[in-house]
Amino acid sequence: MFKHLRPAIVLLALFTLITGVLYPLIVTGLAQVIFPRQANGSLIVRNGQTLGSELIGQQFDDPAYFWGRLSATGPVPYNAAGSSGSNLGPTNPALEDAVSARIEALRAADPENTGRTLFAPIPVDLVTASGSGLDPHISVAAALYQLPRVAQARGMSEQAVRALVDEYTQDRTLGLFGEPRVNVLLLNLALDEVQ
Amino acid sequence: MTLNGILQIAVYLAILILLARPLGAFMARVYNGERTFLDWLLGPVERLIYRLAGVDPAQEMNWKTYAVAMQIFNLLGLVVVYALQRLQQVLPLNPQGMAAVSPDSSFNTAVSFATNTNWQGYGGEMTMSYLTQMLALTVQNFVSAATGMAILVAFIRALIRSPQTSSGKAGGLGNFWVDLTRTTLYILLPLALILSLALVSQGVVQTFSPYQTANLLQPTVDGSGNPVTSQLLALGPAASQIAIKQLGTNGGGFFNANSAHPFENPTPFSNLLEMLSILLIPAALCYTFGKMVGDTRQGWALLAAMTILLAVFIFGTYIAEAAGNPRLAALGADQQTTSLNPGGNMEGKEVRFGVPNSALWATATTAASNGSVNAMHDSFTPLGGLIPLVMMHFGEVIFGGVGSGLYGMLIFVIVAVFVAGLMVGRTPEYLGKKIEAYEMKMASLLILIMPLTVLFLTALAVITTPGKATVYNPGPHGFSEILYAFTSQGNNNGSAFAGLSANTPFYNLTGGIAMLISRYWLAVPTLALAGSLARKKKVPASAGTLPTHTPLFIAWLIAIVLIVAALNFIPALALGPIVEHLML
Amino acid sequence: MNTPFKKQSNSRRALYLRAVKDAFIKLDPRSMVRNPVMFVVEVGSALTTFLWLQALIGTGEAPAGFIGAVAIWLWFTVLFANFSEALAEGRGKAQAEALRRTRRETSARRVKGSKVEGWKVESSSRTVNLQPSTFNLADIPLETVSSTSLRQDDLYFVETGDILPADGEVVEGIASVDESAVTGESAPVIRESGGDRSAVTGGTRLLSDWLIVRVTANPGEGFLDRMIGLIEGAKRHKTPNEIALNILLAAFTIIFLGVCITLLPFSLYSVETSGQGTPITITVLIALLVCLIPTTIGGLLSAIGIAGMDRMIQQNVIAMSGRAVEAAGDVDVLLLDKTGTITLGNRQAVELIPVDGCSPQELAEVSQLASLADETPEGRSIVVLAKEKYGLRGRSVAETDEHPGMRFIPFSAQTRMSGVDLPPTFPPIGGTPSPNGGEESGTQIRKGAPDAMFRLIEDAGSRTPADLKPAVDAIARSGGTPLVVTRNGRAVGVVHLKDIVKGGIKERFAQLRKMGIKTVMITGDNPLTAAAIAAEAGVDDFLAQATPEAKLKLIREYQSGGRLVAMTGDGTNDAPALAQADVAVAMNTGTQPAREAANMIDLDSNPTKLIQIVEIGKQLLMTRGALTTFSISNDIAKYFAIIPAAFASTYPVLGGLNVMRLATPQSAIMSAVIFNALIIIALIPLALRGVPYRPLGASQLLRDNLLIYGLGGLVAPFIGIKLVDLLLAALHLYG
Repeated sequence: MFKHLRPAIVLLALFTLITGVLYPLIVTGLAQVIFPRQANGSLIVRNGQTLGSELIGQQFDDPAYFWGRLSATGPVPYNAAGSSGSNLGPTNPALEDAVSARIEALRAADPENTGRTLFAPIPVDLVTASGSGLDPHISVAAALYQLPRVAQARGMSEQAVRALVDEYTQDRTLGLFGEPRVNVLLLNLALDEVQ
Repeated sequence: MTLNGILQIAVYLAILILLARPLGAFMARVYNGERTFLDWLLGPVERLIYRLAGVDPAQEMNWKTYAVAMQIFNLLGLVVVYALQRLQQVLPLNPQGMAAVSPDSSFNTAVSFATNTNWQGYGGEMTMSYLTQMLALTVQNFVSAATGMAILVAFIRALIRSPQTSSGKAGGLGNFWVDLTRTTLYILLPLALILSLALVSQGVVQTFSPYQTANLLQPTVDGSGNPVTSQLLALGPAASQIAIKQLGTNGGGFFNANSAHPFENPTPFSNLLEMLSILLIPAALCYTFGKMVGDTRQGWALLAAMTILLAVFIFGTYIAEAAGNPRLAALGADQQTTSLNPGGNMEGKEVRFGVPNSALWATATTAASNGSVNAMHDSFTPLGGLIPLVMMHFGEVIFGGVGSGLYGMLIFVIVAVFVAGLMVGRTPEYLGKKIEAYEMKMASLLILIMPLTVLFLTALAVITTPGKATVYNPGPHGFSEILYAFTSQGNNNGSAFAGLSANTPFYNLTGGIAMLISRYWLAVPTLALAGSLARKKKVPASAGTLPTHTPLFIAWLIAIVLIVAALNFIPALALGPIVEHLML
Repeated sequence: MNTPFKKQSNSRRALYLRAVKDAFIKLDPRSMVRNPVMFVVEVGSALTTFLWLQALIGTGEAPAGFIGAVAIWLWFTVLFANFSEALAEGRGKAQAEALRRTRRETSARRVKGSKVEGWKVESSSRTVNLQPSTFNLADIPLETVSSTSLRQDDLYFVETGDILPADGEVVEGIASVDESAVTGESAPVIRESGGDRSAVTGGTRLLSDWLIVRVTANPGEGFLDRMIGLIEGAKRHKTPNEIALNILLAAFTIIFLGVCITLLPFSLYSVETSGQGTPITITVLIALLVCLIPTTIGGLLSAIGIAGMDRMIQQNVIAMSGRAVEAAGDVDVLLLDKTGTITLGNRQAVELIPVDGCSPQELAEVSQLASLADETPEGRSIVVLAKEKYGLRGRSVAETDEHPGMRFIPFSAQTRMSGVDLPPTFPPIGGTPSPNGGEESGTQIRKGAPDAMFRLIEDAGSRTPADLKPAVDAIARSGGTPLVVTRNGRAVGVVHLKDIVKGGIKERFAQLRKMGIKTVMITGDNPLTAAAIAAEAGVDDFLAQATPEAKLKLIREYQSGGRLVAMTGDGTNDAPALAQADVAVAMNTGTQPAREAANMIDLDSNPTKLIQIVEIGKQLLMTRGALTTFSISNDIAKYFAIIPAAFASTYPVLGGLNVMRLATPQSAIMSAVIFNALIIIALIPLALRGVPYRPLGASQLLRDNLLIYGLGGLVAPFIGIKLVDLLLAALHLYG
């Protein structure tokens, strides 16, 4: 029993040094040299001001901005220091409430958006909360759904907005992996810059 | 289901299988003590470690010595992780000034990381200092994985060695210190180094700077109406930890949202890399196994059984999630999948991953005892959430934890061989080793510990006030949350139906017990079984020997794994996800 | 085969009645506890009975009629399992009683003292100094004692008509013995001192002559006693695989106990969270538990084991332990004696090859004369060949009367030849007078093994003809045995004796090969001969010029390579090899040391029996494996029956799982319980008869058995439970 104590202590100490100190330091060193932007959070800096990270979404509810996913972080949505999903179960009435509230808000902001029935169905990602609460993306359908509203609120032509949406749409990696998506923060920044 | 979704899953599985052979062959060389291309660099380091630790690498250990060494090392690690959490407020590298973690949460987390579970009752970016993340958690990510792989290798040696072969003392299983060291140095560190840099290139953060503040484009208000104009971006040395949490089937996220967090998993490509690393080593170990026992068909057979089960269940989850939630459809949400709309059940999922990648990850992470998530399992449809539960109910043997998954599967192989052996009229044998009463005693013990732990702790939680108090979702889904919590900890998985607030003394304590049982009460009988097998003569194969590499045997093994899990958990599942599905 | 244990149909009724009675006797918890699965069922039965009584008083958790019905069927489940065991034992018991009747106490004539006048009998020694001339039966001092007072090494005397009072070894005398009481074979067998036929068994009857026998077993330890014990199963120990299987079944039982116990809290929580219904009742929980635990295999397991031993006995093989029966299924090397197993016991002369210019006619006549007194089948076949092929008139030993001075030289191990010395008066042979002096000085005719005969020719000063050696070698190469025939030291020819390989044996070995069993032929022949026969018979390997040492060494070699070896033997010199082999079958005609070293005794003394023994061993394991698979796969259907029913009040939507559309929750539960009990009864014949064994490779066997017992086990209960439910509905029991 005690004869194992020395190897156990020494090995734990050495592995702590190797994997707990040297390894992260080496990775950090290399990362800061090779990929400094990515390693530090892919920050959007304009005029010396940090406007956010292109990987982290922000809360939007102004009709003139594209809205992102619902965010379940607390105490405010899109709290990047406390990521979290809603964890609402599929049969939880609270889920239906949250979805209904978002649908109502979307419709209230854009009462003319009618489809086959009274209202066009809303792409599901726009009415559900993301897993991280920080999802920077919405689906292309969700962007297109909001397009008339944003164009109208900003007094822009739908084509002009559409051009921007297309510009900030990322396709699947290698045309295969992931989903086509629109980065909401970058799109909204671009909208502000255009105007 | 879309063609693209099916393709993504198929390509993923194909890459995984392609990588299994080269890595598996390399690992076999490492464990056989043969020369590798890393010797020039790591050889001197390895020898220095042995000298400092006073380890004679040629010294063979019998199963008891091996088990004692393994447990002392793990206990020591557990104590260190506990201490670092309790003391982090006075230690350096704590730019956010994190306070000491509570005793019960520290215990749970220490057990969680030492046992390769990485269940997280806490939220990483809100709880742990950079020092704790590195010295406590990253280190355990390495050594707990190495421990599992060491035990597996000891078990494989038991199948290879026999009193007939002059090499190897009777009953010797190798040397735990050597297996631990070589696993960490030659396998885990190089892979983690490569993967972490690849992840940084995609946007995973790796920095020691404090959290960054950004000005919001559109200021907003918090719940009490106060204006909010800025966003605090949590950062840290994440990539180095994420790489090993994926590779070592640990799964403990740097951030609370785990791999759903954009800084932990920013792009579909990082997602692919992380998903591959979940199953990479468990898959490759199958080949290592075949290589070491001198019959690679045996390894391919196990990999085939695992892959078939995995593939079937991935598509199960995919179908369930792609179908979406009929209640949301009724409200006017469009869940139809089109080229522009990912559709399906998007609650708790990230747009960049969509349904196929979320379903694939959820199945893979629970098949392996990884437990990291890129979508919130609690918000899956009932059947979509049932599958991750079931994957764990298999006992984490479909790939499973690094090392532990394969030795768990080998226990099922022994049971399968036993019943099948009887059916062909011979005393059952596996790889020439007779399966007799002692082996069945240990195998039975190993098979019954997990369901009993999970069921009894769940039962305890559902009849006690502290157990019921922190359930989040109402109805049968609440039951699923508790069942999931103990299933996850009772199988060293670590994923969660995270609605349940598990950072309470009750759940920290009971969960800690579940994790300890599931790791060591399985590891020690496994080693005992290895000790018995190592002392057995090898019986040469004949036409009367049941071949264990044929499609028939693979099918039988799959059936045994399915039936045992089904029999153990059908009633519990009926009262959770199944009834919830029928209520939809 | 003539077995003393033939089923008697008139006693079948009695057998069943007794089994029913025994089934109740076996309810004693002290005996039930040895079978953990069925013990759990018994405890469950007792508990539901208690709940039923409680319900009768008026505070029941469910209607008393329902609880009572469940309780009754649970008791039936236990009783059915006990019945299967009792039935399997019953067959043995009936046989044991038949044997015991022959075991009744008899009187014995013990030889008094250690010295007998005129010749010496030492009671503690196997050797007897005997002078036949002074031998007089009346001189032996005898005392009459009870057979039970005979002890090991006592000598006793028996004569015509006596029942042998104890097992022993013949030290003097030769007699024919009726051993039908033990073997069922009515033809008398010869027992004599010295040699391989010296063992006698207590309870058998002397038909002629007399014997002096040294007792080898104390009362109660004799062969018959052991046999009775084995058949009765009184000292039945669980076999290694049975123990391993029991552990697995116990583990399943523990898991299902956990599943059912925790289902109560789960149910309480579900009632609380859904706000409707009542928690699951204890009765339903127990019913579920009993349905889930592997009662089918658990209830039939000991019956399978007993029946396996019983099948051995039906084959007239007495296994000394269940372990040996099981090991038989694992055997991967069979050592088979050539003679009697692979070839017909006797070689036959097929050809006469003259040498040195000798005429075929002369050779035929010389060979015929040389073999006249040779009573071995080989000798007979030479005489027959000479007569049939060369048209010689038949001669007989009786010719000594015509030709006084004609003397037959018997075969001896030293000279390794036999023959005849003819007087000068004997008519000329083959029409030609002997080259060296004619018959005036008498003619010496010899036949024997080539090497011995070459020496004889050399000693006689004759030259060895050039065509002799090639003829001998050609025969040996072809697998035959050459016998050289000489006349007055001059070689006249060679007799070709050929081993006749048994019909169908090659196919049999091919089957064994498919089963993964390697066959090794053991023979005293030279390697050349052995190789030829081995090739003809299709064995995998052979051991030529086998000595007991070589045999033992071969077994050890195979065993150190991890193989299990089976062999048969009868001689004393086989004893070490028999003791070493994993499955050792001694011929009942064998010597006492051989029988003691073996772990099985073949009462038919049929060396081919080994193959059947292997099959019975395999069948035993297969039956266990098949029923385990069946039992476990049954459970899935039972879940589908019981789970929706058990939670019907809390979660009516779970009715979606009621894929069998069972009428009501109560009928669903009853149907599962009733099916679970009836399946035991339905499978008793299979348990007793064993799963049919076909000599196929392991993969094919597994595939077939998985289809039948795995898939069948999955599907059958869906049908069975539905049928029971339809029946219950038709009877309006749980409408």
